[in-house]
Amino acid sequence: MADRYIEPDTPELRARWGNFAWTPENAEKAKEVVARYPEGRQRSAVMPLLDLAQRQVGAELNTQGWLPIPVMEYIAAYLDMPIIRVVEVATFYTMYNIAPIGRFHVQVCGTTPCMLRGSDDLLATCKSRGMKKGHISEDGLWSFTEVECMGNCASAPMVQINDDNYEDLTSDRLNAVLDALARGETPKAGTQDPARHTVEPVGEPTNLAAMITENHDYRSEW
Amino acid sequence: MALLDKDRIFTNLYGYQPWNLKEAQARGAWDNTKALIERGRDAIIDEMKASGLRGRGGAGFPTGMKWSFMPKQPPLDQNGNPKPSFLVINADESEPGSCKDREIMRHDPHLLFEGALVAGFAMGARAAYIYIRGEYIREAETLFAAREEAYAAGLLGKNACGSGYDFDVFVHRGAGAYICGEETAMIESLEGKKGQPRLKPPFPAGAGLYGCPTTVNNVESIAVAPTILRRGAAWFSSFGRENNKGTKLFQISGHVNRPCVVEEEMSIPFSELIERHCGGIRGGKDNLLAVIPGGSSVPLVPAADIWDAPMDFDGLKAVGSGLGTAAVIVMDKSTDIVRAISRISYFYKHESCGQCTPCREGTGWMWRVMERLRTGDAEVEEIDMLQQVTKQVEGHTICALGDAAAWPIQGLIRHFRPELERRIAENVREAAE
Repeated sequence: MADRYIEPDTPELRARWGNFAWTPENAEKAKEVVARYPEGRQRSAVMPLLDLAQRQVGAELNTQGWLPIPVMEYIAAYLDMPIIRVVEVATFYTMYNIAPIGRFHVQVCGTTPCMLRGSDDLLATCKSRGMKKGHISEDGLWSFTEVECMGNCASAPMVQINDDNYEDLTSDRLNAVLDALARGETPKAGTQDPARHTVEPVGEPTNLAAMITENHDYRSEW
Repeated sequence: MALLDKDRIFTNLYGYQPWNLKEAQARGAWDNTKALIERGRDAIIDEMKASGLRGRGGAGFPTGMKWSFMPKQPPLDQNGNPKPSFLVINADESEPGSCKDREIMRHDPHLLFEGALVAGFAMGARAAYIYIRGEYIREAETLFAAREEAYAAGLLGKNACGSGYDFDVFVHRGAGAYICGEETAMIESLEGKKGQPRLKPPFPAGAGLYGCPTTVNNVESIAVAPTILRRGAAWFSSFGRENNKGTKLFQISGHVNRPCVVEEEMSIPFSELIERHCGGIRGGKDNLLAVIPGGSSVPLVPAADIWDAPMDFDGLKAVGSGLGTAAVIVMDKSTDIVRAISRISYFYKHESCGQCTPCREGTGWMWRVMERLRTGDAEVEEIDMLQQVTKQVEGHTICALGDAAAWPIQGLIRHFRPELERRIAENVREAAE
């Protein structure tokens, strides 16, 4: 199991987040989310709503966002479920941040397929930039986690930063992405190999070459 | 013979063309789906059975047979009302090495939605939930957008495709727990709980999501269904060996010259897969050390055994491993093989849900011993002890995560014991000097 620690419930935390409520826009979204599940099963919406709340907190703080206890209580009341059931979910699933976090959450995949393609270099790159686990950089920009397989194995090694993946990385390519983010730019997501489109074999196509230039319909060849 | 492009189901696999409805329809998706549904439940299930499609999520259970387990007459709840049935589509692709469902969802999502309707109809389901792993953020955005398109075009929802059948599809995002790929953990998670697997029986087909009959299928199994029905079981079963039919998305990662995801026919020999699509092993054939052929949970296979092995369920079973999700992790001779497996042990330690003691305690214990074996800081007897512990974890947990944590280590000990002993001997010698 993952080692994770919830941010303590303090008077300061309550003072800051005790009045958390949906923004009008998110209130609409929350309604739509609850409607995805059968009547009386609104508890199923706890995961998407925790994500929505984390994003709202993030928008307010200009970070990736996290879940203070009072926010979890708000979700519990919204879905009419015991607070402990919400805390259980928030602590079980690793994508819910249960402690404050920086502007960019740099998540380097270190599992075997990425490791074989050089994720050690990426971890070293992050370290050399002063990132370490469970620590927010002084400028508030960076948080860092080594994560488990992100499912980008054919374009490894990769890093996920907030909502985007950066694949086919080298130390230099990662530095370029991080520098761009620090400058406030939005670097191109996906593969960072200029010769590659997505997960095709790089170079001469081995299959589906006709698709490159046109939306080919193969049915006439059946 | 190589699989021809015209026989590939996922023609937009690499995303060269837009995923949107108009383009997907031009490629053949949602083409008179009404006619497929009009064949009726039994005919669809029979065709799927005849196609020989085995589940693409790893276990390889025949898909048509799974669908047939759903009750023909819905069971009644305590008030005497019929319970709805559900299809849950497992898009929680988290097995290290696996990256195929991601390509389906971000580049050809309409194949998945059409498959959901056809499969849902065949099993009498009221709705489908697509459970997509939380880390697939952009992929989930594509699914939500594709779903909107399908609803706007009347392909899903009330009277889906004009068939008279009402069918809804919802997308549910996970939040970073590998264990939710286990079908009952997925159902727990969908109900808004921690993803901890349930004891079986009851099986989901009897009591699954919200206590209703439920079938959980992998994304690829569902997405190939419409094409199989259109082209016929005979077409699909013309690929691959007996009992291992069809085409399959292979995902090759690690030490090949050109890692990629590619659709090929089942039973393609390993060497052909690597030579044709991946530009060969880095440093040439002789530089190959070992291969994990089906995602991190299957035992590794040494170079000599894998080279000519057919890449299918039975062919890989014969070399002491398995096809799993067809996530082929290739390791050349530069690999620290003990570290590679130890990293997988760490993965399982991290992802154990903590419910069963053998797994919760065993995964951490096995990882710590693996780390000592990596540096040689161990006794030779501990190799046997580790082997014994993996046997005590395997088969003694509610779900298969315990097995998945045990098998890679067993594979390492089976094939690389001399390497483990060498490290211990060197460590002892260094200590003596």
